[in-house]
Amino acid sequence: MTARRRGLLGLIVPVGLVLPLIAFILVTFVIPLGSMVVQSVHDPEVAEVLPKTLSLLSEWDGASLPTEDVFKTMAEELVLSRESRTTGRVATRVNRIASGTRSVFGKTARRLERMEPTEFRSAMIDIDERWEDIELWIAIREAGREYTVKHYLHAVDLERELDGRIHLVSEDQRIYNTLYLRTLFVSLAVTFFCFLIGYPIAYAIANVSDSMAKILLLIVLIPFWTSLLVRTTSWLVLLQNQGVVNDILVWLGLVGDSERLALIHNMTGTLIAMTHVLLPFMILPLYAVMRSIPTDYVKAAASLGANPAQSFVRVYFPQSLPGISAGCLLVFILSLGYYITPALVGGTKGQLISNMIAYHIQSSLNWGLAAAISVILLAGVFICYFVFDKWVGVDKLKLS
Amino acid sequence: MNNKHLYRACIAIVSAVVCATGTIAEETLTVVSFGGAYAKACVDGYHKSFEEETGIKIKLEDYNGGLAQVRAQVDAGAVHWDVLDTESAPLSIGCDEGVFEEISDLELPPAPDGTPASEDFFDGMIFDCGVGTLVYATVLVYNSENVEGEAPTSVEDFFDLEKFPGRRGMRRSPSGNLAWALMADGVPSDQIYEVLSTEEGLQRAFRKLDTIKEHVVWWETGAQAPQLLADGEVFMTTAWNGRIFNAQVVEKQPFVIIWDGHIRDYGALAIVAGAPNLENAKKFLQHATSTRGMVGVANHISYAPVRHSGLPLVGKHATTGEDMKPHMPTYPANSKNFLWYDVEFWTDHEDELIERFNSWLSR
Repeated sequence: MTARRRGLLGLIVPVGLVLPLIAFILVTFVIPLGSMVVQSVHDPEVAEVLPKTLSLLSEWDGASLPTEDVFKTMAEELVLSRESRTTGRVATRVNRIASGTRSVFGKTARRLERMEPTEFRSAMIDIDERWEDIELWIAIREAGREYTVKHYLHAVDLERELDGRIHLVSEDQRIYNTLYLRTLFVSLAVTFFCFLIGYPIAYAIANVSDSMAKILLLIVLIPFWTSLLVRTTSWLVLLQNQGVVNDILVWLGLVGDSERLALIHNMTGTLIAMTHVLLPFMILPLYAVMRSIPTDYVKAAASLGANPAQSFVRVYFPQSLPGISAGCLLVFILSLGYYITPALVGGTKGQLISNMIAYHIQSSLNWGLAAAISVILLAGVFICYFVFDKWVGVDKLKLS
Repeated sequence: MNNKHLYRACIAIVSAVVCATGTIAEETLTVVSFGGAYAKACVDGYHKSFEEETGIKIKLEDYNGGLAQVRAQVDAGAVHWDVLDTESAPLSIGCDEGVFEEISDLELPPAPDGTPASEDFFDGMIFDCGVGTLVYATVLVYNSENVEGEAPTSVEDFFDLEKFPGRRGMRRSPSGNLAWALMADGVPSDQIYEVLSTEEGLQRAFRKLDTIKEHVVWWETGAQAPQLLADGEVFMTTAWNGRIFNAQVVEKQPFVIIWDGHIRDYGALAIVAGAPNLENAKKFLQHATSTRGMVGVANHISYAPVRHSGLPLVGKHATTGEDMKPHMPTYPANSKNFLWYDVEFWTDHEDELIERFNSWLSR
């Protein structure tokens, strides 16, 4: 074999080996992610269904009722939209800007199909008086913009006034900013509790005999292999008002029967259940790192006069930091996207931002808004990772 | 692997292939429904008789309601669902959005006595894109085990924490809750939506909800409500009547339904736009929405037929022998005071009100 051929082969083989991975990442990650980002700013549906009306509306002053010409074009395009079955898509989008207008479109299109009016303006206002409303027309014009940042504004509780000024939505509509902060708080708290509980467990597993370690690991892994839903609902059984924990507390006389503790359907329940569900993600990386820490260093520290606390803090703990950072990062990022557990045990205060993403994907079908919230959440994850890397140093730690 | 194993493996593969091609050759229909006791009632109620009479094999799939999945299929041009079991609001929105076939010209079977379908169906139960199949109710329920002395009887009692202390279960969604809040505040049921359409009315509803907010346990899936009641987590809860029927009759729970002020809605069948087995789907709809089909479901779960000829034919529960008529939302004694779910109001205002409701919850 010549050197050149070997060089070529040396290139083809590794590239060939990673090609399936690249293709896989492209199909399952990069393309969906890209289309999500595009969807959060691009919404051509209304522009495609009402092109002529929108071009007429672009010359409209936005103050007086549009002319007969605009009404006529609108009527024609609405009837056409009946045939292409796209009326509802326009209605849904306009309704998001001017709530309470969705039914105008379907109703008007259905009636117009069966009549041939000479005067469209009065005919349409006869069908539904909301056509007289200037705000409906402004909403149609807004919804007609193909590229828009409105989903991003919406996703941070902002709205654009009719005159173009941007301000916070009224207090009884604000929701998303609260949820980002709550999600961040819950994730940090869960990470902290996982660390608090997981560290001693991992330490124990890494420092007992092999056969004992196997048993302990199994105890950690069995819940890990159990369905998430089962584990979450088990917490319901344990923590609810008439549940096992409260029963024991009452039996012990620690709390009265009438003042049982509210342990579930609130923040406490969310934190307890999420900490339990995510605990293995903290223990496993910690254990992996701790197992590789040679016992010689701690022994050396002791022989040089350090007491057990000193040798732990100054010798053992720093060596376990790579495990801590890996575990914390895993738990933290997983918590940011959690939603089944908070939905089931979280009650009123347990909704996290991912519950809203799920709602907009499944129920309101506002995929643009869901995409915008997801992009913000993703950006949040990147920022957290970046901050974490800067302050703690994801890989530098391994060298210390 | 020795030869014997290889030989067996070959047989397994060949038979699997034969079976697979056999299924393809057979006439099929994919029906998508809500799963659980309801889907089972449909299978026993009319799927089996449909398969026997037509030879078409039904593939039953579960979903959680809504339009997300069906819209994704239609948008991608890869429709593999044929018939969708759906509710009033998604049916109306989906029809306008073009995710359902228009079937207003579908010929529906007459009543057993020959009354044409157009007269036999309840008013407004035949739609452009679907046919109504049942009436269900969202009701208030309590567990009689927890009641000492006077029992609650009305929506007012649900909101009265002094007379009936204890926690309340409510669905985490604005639709029924806002209406009940107004009812409890003295608004007659025929004026609920009129009042809800105004800002003052909305504030009034939220203020009334404020009075019990701290005592509410919010549920999200239909199975949670009877569970909360059975566990003694709540004193009263809102729930879907079919779930409560199942708990009462099949699981023998001492639950009592307060029919006063219940909220009524209908279920319907629709055909997905571009369904691969369109003709079979139409046949299926004709079969399912016959009086016989509706009564078949009503004899398994307490969802009422939407044909006039249906209710008198409802009989005994198929496994327990319980008389089903008094469990129907449309039974005269249960129908004294109720509210229809207003499809137009909710399709127009749902997006906004859900956001407002969530914002209210998080405060």
